[in-house]
Amino acid sequence: MNTKQSSDNASAIDQIWKSFASVKLTIGLLLTLAATSIVGTLIPQNEAPGAYLQSFGETLYRVFSLLGLFDMYHSWWFRALILLLVVNIIVCSIDRLQATWKIIFARNPRFNIARYRQLKNKTEFNQDGAAAHLKELYLPVISRRFRFHRTEDNDNGFAIYAEKGRLTRLGVYVVHLSVVILLIGGLIGSIFGFEGYVNLGPGDSAHTIQLRPDNQILPLGFEVRCDDFIVEFYDSGAPKEFRSSLSILKQGKVVAQKDIIVNDPLHFEGISFFQASYGQLSPTEMILNFTSQATGMIYSQTAAIGQPVVIPEDLGTFTLKKFTRQANFKGHNIGEAFVGELTPPNGQPIEVTLPLKFPSFDKMRKGQIIVAIADFVPRYYTGLQVSRDPGVWVVYTGFILMIIGIYITFFMSHQQLCVEVTTEGPKSQVMVAGTSNKNKMGMQKRVAQLAHRLENLPPP
Amino acid sequence: MNSSLILSIITFVYGLAGFLYIFAWIFKKPAAAKIASWVAIVGLMGNTAGIILRWVESYRMGIGHAPFSNLYESLVFFAWTIALIYLVVERKAGNRTIGAFTMPIAFLAMAYASLKTGISSDIQPLIPALKSNWLIAHVITCFIGYAAFATSFGIGAMYLMRQGREAEAVTWLDIAKPLTLFIFVLLFSRVLLAGNWAMAIIIALPLCVLFYIGVLLVRRMPADVKNRLLGVFPEAAILDELGYQVTLFGFLFLSIGIISGAVWANSAWGRYWGWDPKETWSLITWFIYATLLHARLMRGWRGRRIAYLSLVGFAAVLFTYFGVNLLPGLHSYGAFSQ
Ligand code: HEM
Repeated sequence: MNTKQSSDNASAIDQIWKSFASVKLTIGLLLTLAATSIVGTLIPQNEAPGAYLQSFGETLYRVFSLLGLFDMYHSWWFRALILLLVVNIIVCSIDRLQATWKIIFARNPRFNIARYRQLKNKTEFNQDGAAAHLKELYLPVISRRFRFHRTEDNDNGFAIYAEKGRLTRLGVYVVHLSVVILLIGGLIGSIFGFEGYVNLGPGDSAHTIQLRPDNQILPLGFEVRCDDFIVEFYDSGAPKEFRSSLSILKQGKVVAQKDIIVNDPLHFEGISFFQASYGQLSPTEMILNFTSQATGMIYSQTAAIGQPVVIPEDLGTFTLKKFTRQANFKGHNIGEAFVGELTPPNGQPIEVTLPLKFPSFDKMRKGQIIVAIADFVPRYYTGLQVSRDPGVWVVYTGFILMIIGIYITFFMSHQQLCVEVTTEGPKSQVMVAGTSNKNKMGMQKRVAQLAHRLENLPPP
Repeated sequence: MNSSLILSIITFVYGLAGFLYIFAWIFKKPAAAKIASWVAIVGLMGNTAGIILRWVESYRMGIGHAPFSNLYESLVFFAWTIALIYLVVERKAGNRTIGAFTMPIAFLAMAYASLKTGISSDIQPLIPALKSNWLIAHVITCFIGYAAFATSFGIGAMYLMRQGREAEAVTWLDIAKPLTLFIFVLLFSRVLLAGNWAMAIIIALPLCVLFYIGVLLVRRMPADVKNRLLGVFPEAAILDELGYQVTLFGFLFLSIGIISGAVWANSAWGRYWGWDPKETWSLITWFIYATLLHARLMRGWRGRRIAYLSLVGFAAVLFTYFGVNLLPGLHSYGAFSQ
């Protein structure tokens, strides 16, 4: 009773094991992963709910949201697919490794001469000389080409067995292991790592950053300061270089310093700061042009935010109030702009908008005086991507193993060779045969070449 | 003589080589095929010279960088790799008919680079994100992979032509085929040629009809003509093996390409994988070819099914390359968000 039950259990486990060891499952999983991955490239990921509602409507939004399609690659079912693949890889590899272990790690590989005699592509020829003589002749040639070789004498001759590349049979396990290591590295990163950002103007510093995607605040445990930030452009207007001079401070003391550019981050205590983006800050000072309608004169004046400027010809005063990223004009977004206040000598203050993109915008106001921005020194803030990923070295190990493993599996093979010499009187008959577990055509060529070489060896 | 001029000339050289290979195949003129090989070799040398000269020119302009930084340059390198891989395959296989199916791809890549409006052949300075040695490694390895897949696609197409309808009946494919073909052609005419879907349909429909007329003509062809055309192909088993070997090569390089891209992304943005559409599509391509390897090795798939898989795989390659720009909400590589 008891034993029957346990054997039932055993066979149930066996069944499960078998189904996980099946390559049919692998093919199904790989194709499913390929097909489902497409979905996440058709629906933009991790946008604001409002944007989705607008483009899909209420019902579809609910359905998609339930299926996790807005953050598809982190949804439970996509993760389940990946987990299945990992189990599949591990079970399958264990299953097959049990079978190949003996071949791979045998101390004294066994050779079966009958197997070589049956090979279709063997080369046979006759050669002068007795067995002992030929053995002396052949051995150096073979040992140069094959790491392992063994000679067995028999009644009327001998056989040399040789092989190499037995360990290349492990290549495919290295590939599979690398996939698992990659995913473990990814998991470590997603559990113990974070990804966030911080924007700093020149001179600013921060103790905290904001995390993606939900903008949580995370304390850094130290202070990061932007000492300087430089943006350079090509003549075409395309960006050439972004350079942030960063300092790391602990208890007010600078403990690290580096100029970072794109592709060259600063690392400190496992946290990395990447040059990721930039944006404009309000300039502190600018040159304004005042055009008098009455006289046509243009007066240039330097202005700073909050400080009134007296306009000549007794036309009043002008004060820059603020800088805004998105100024509004009759419901249209006119981009970055300054807002100022013009106070005529005897009248009410008027608000004046000076968009950076449209220098002669103020003409439209049709006032006594036209205010325009002549020049300013742009000030930029640097956008830093801040991340910690303790799994990255695990992932990189996986990368290296994968490349090595694929190379071994595709382009190296386990090659076995047999040279049998049968002597009759002063003449010998020689058979050269060999196989490999991969690229059999290439092996045939190599065996033929070796046979040719042996046949034409000069006597010692 | 500047590099753009050389590369425009090379377009015609590749076109001539492709034409000669096709001519030699259809009219059974081995001499023409031999000339085609030489033309292809000249084309490859000119292509190499063009790439090197472009590199030198960029340094003369004071914005020196390796010529692998935009669509034009990648297409030129793509063509170069296809020509190189094909010539190696030609030597190994000792058969020149394969050229009729692969050299035209090199020609099309170059022609597309030169003729398509919106692809600038100017040498542009590098934006900050592209200033990385990983980028060079990434582009080179990816495109070696893509070119290998283009070659195995050509070989797969030959296999399907050679095997025709007789062997290995796969009925569900017969229903899915025209539809799949239409979807693929539609997609690619939208991506490569047409600015909108209506135009893409107008281009795709006649192309598909033409294709089926071609297939029909081939089927109706007198047996002797058919034998003459297909008899010069390498044997089916050799095509199958050859296509597989090239696919292995492509898979190795696609893997290195994805990996170097990930390392680059990590050095530029602090993340090695972000499920960006381009990254995702390269992974999809990788999954498809991984399927092919396992199906062949472990399930014993051979011949037609593998040939079909390599057609689908190459479609994924093309989509990764061109199609991704169509997808919504894309922040392309190199774009520097403000
Ligand atoms: C993304 C995941 C995977 C990758 C990249 C991968 C890669 C590879 C590669 C490159 C080969 C060698 C093919 C050749 O020799 O031509 C291979 C073989 C193989 N794979 Fe995978 N594989 C993956 C998943 C799996 C899974 C889940 C299984 C589980 C059943 C599996 C089972 C096998 C087997 C049994 C072989 C043949 C091994 C042998 O020659 O003894 N693979 N795989």
